[in-house]
Amino acid sequence: MLAEETHRHDHAEPETQQEVLLRVSGLKTQFRQDGRTVTAVDGVSFDVRRGETLAIVGESGSGKSVTAMSILRLIPSPPGEIVDGEVLFDGKDMLGLSDEEIRKMRGSEIAMIFQEPMTSMNPVLTIGRQLSEPIQVHRGGDRKSLLAKCVDLLRKVRIPDPENRVKAYPHQLSGGMRQRAMIAMGLGCDPRLIIADEPTTALDVTVQAQILELLKDLTRERGTSMILITHDLGVVARYADRINVMYAGRIVEQGSSGDIFKHPKHPYTLGLMSSIPRLDQPSGTRLTPITGQPPDLSNLPSGCPFHPRCRFAEDRCRAERPPLTQVSDQHWKACWIDVNKP
Amino acid sequence: MGSYFIRRLLALIPTLIIASIIVFSVVRLIPGDVLDLMLSENDYSATGHDTREQLERALGLDRPIYMQYLSWAGNALRGDLGNSLWRNTSVTSEIAERLPVTIQLGVLSLIVALTIAIPIGIYSAVRQETIGDHVGRTFSIIALAIPNFWLGTMVVILPAMWWGWSPPNDIVPFFKDPLENLKVLLLPSIVLGASLSAVVMRMTRTMMLEVLRQDYIRTAWAKGLPERTVVIRHAVKNAMIPVITLIGILIPILFGGTVIIEQIFRLPGLGELLLQSVSTRDYPIITGIFLITGVVVMLVNLLVDMCYGLLDPKVRYDG
Ligand SMILES: Nc1ncnc2c1ncn2[C@@H]1O[C@H](COP(=O)(O)OP(=O)(O)OP(=O)(O)O)[C@@H](O)[C@H]1O
Ligand SMILES: [Mg+2]
Repeated sequence: MLAEETHRHDHAEPETQQEVLLRVSGLKTQFRQDGRTVTAVDGVSFDVRRGETLAIVGESGSGKSVTAMSILRLIPSPPGEIVDGEVLFDGKDMLGLSDEEIRKMRGSEIAMIFQEPMTSMNPVLTIGRQLSEPIQVHRGGDRKSLLAKCVDLLRKVRIPDPENRVKAYPHQLSGGMRQRAMIAMGLGCDPRLIIADEPTTALDVTVQAQILELLKDLTRERGTSMILITHDLGVVARYADRINVMYAGRIVEQGSSGDIFKHPKHPYTLGLMSSIPRLDQPSGTRLTPITGQPPDLSNLPSGCPFHPRCRFAEDRCRAERPPLTQVSDQHWKACWIDVNKP
Repeated sequence: MGSYFIRRLLALIPTLIIASIIVFSVVRLIPGDVLDLMLSENDYSATGHDTREQLERALGLDRPIYMQYLSWAGNALRGDLGNSLWRNTSVTSEIAERLPVTIQLGVLSLIVALTIAIPIGIYSAVRQETIGDHVGRTFSIIALAIPNFWLGTMVVILPAMWWGWSPPNDIVPFFKDPLENLKVLLLPSIVLGASLSAVVMRMTRTMMLEVLRQDYIRTAWAKGLPERTVVIRHAVKNAMIPVITLIGILIPILFGGTVIIEQIFRLPGLGELLLQSVSTRDYPIITGIFLITGVVVMLVNLLVDMCYGLLDPKVRYDG
């Protein structure tokens, strides 16, 4: 069995290698504050292939945003610092680039769409101004062509009356419109990777679905890769090809959407899944969130950081930290327990 | 924006009426009586009034105070603020002669303060905890701690003691010879602007640090904008909104400061006229100066609010 697995892996290597757009390996990002060190991202490795959508899922504080920001080196320093690891984008070593080189990647090759459209847009600049900025610095162009491009972008994200909206200020748009404008801002330079950090958390459910559909359409149309960050596993099912589940700064389960939804292997993933509202449950059924609190990152529990909240926990879990091990071809987990055992 | 401006302008009218009533009555509450002063001065016999009652009637001070106010206000509306009680000069022309000096002193010290404070405040925030930041903050703490009357006195006294030099005080109108004019006014303006610049610098730094932590600044970085653009276009414009409010609050204080600075540097401005008039209880002049100062401060505040509207689209559209 083991031999066969290794063999399969070797075989798959050359072709995935070829289509990998982003490779993150052993990424470790820390924050130092008041003499404490918080390891927000601790040895995270994953690939994003061309044209695929990878979801990063986890509770608040699990290190999803920090992972994303580390890729573009947007971690505020001090207090933050990327202490270890490698980020290769299209073969280019992102952590080794000069400040000027990384600046040229931001917004042009890799675009970020942030959570909280209320606060992520500058209140004193017009939508048109904010939209045209990345195009202007990365691609150039005169006022008129930039304006035309902005109107075009707003139309693409299905904002009505784009000719007038370019002149509007963020406070004159609804939350959903602002989030669409944020997406338009990300698309401006036709990036090869879009990192969408909880693009819909602040919006109501119908608008959420619209925005995600829009993102899916736009990325599919252009063959753009996407990292979709969310703490809502329900969102992920429809829109992601593969999923990383993060807990306390580490990936605890990694696999295709199908693998994760049909055969979840980590108790934490199971917990996340049971907290998704389901249509086939009678309404009023209480969701069962994972009990307990997320851990203190500067003072992690011994062994597996999830063990204090885990209903399967054994002695080994309290003593030894489980490494990320392969379950099947593309499916990995960091857990000592076989959750399928009766 | 236009209607906002007009509404703000109309709102000044009741303020002005209340202010004028307060100014008019408060001035007459200054202890000591002008009649006693005049009668005790020998050279006043020239006016030829022998008794207190005669003098009081001649100066119009015998009528009830509200009657005095009404006739004064009526004249003031026509631009006539009455005559000095001591000299036979019109208050309006005395003020008109002095006002340019004071305004220039105020404006110049504001310019000096802002051109020092805002760039240093921005730099301090952007390069937080570097040597430059520490130097800027140390300077601002020192400038805050030193009262400007002390600084002014030192600037006048020390060179006089060491080299027998004292700052010139012969003012040439700015538009006639700007250089000569600045030679006289620049030094007092720096002294007056020093503590102002310290306050504005600290505020700018604090607000910049606050703004730089905002999500939209992170967005600006993520777009790949150069640092210059992130700082100037995205951060400064937002950080300036509260700074401008602060400047609006500081301007009346600045006006107060001109009185002291004019005295120290012996500049023929409103402050000097005011002190002199208070000591001789020359009510019409004191009232006139207060009124004019009040109007100027109100107009400046209106101007500040306009800048505020220019920076903040929320004010422009909803205000
Ligand atoms: N600027 C910062 N300064 C100090 N610590 C930080 C900073 N940013 C993040 N952290 C630390 O990193 C941890 C992970 O944060 P991160 O923002 O990645 O969480 P997240 O998974 O995106 O959560 P959420 O769902 O709430 O967005 C936080 O718990 C916090 O302790
Ligand atoms: Mg986050």
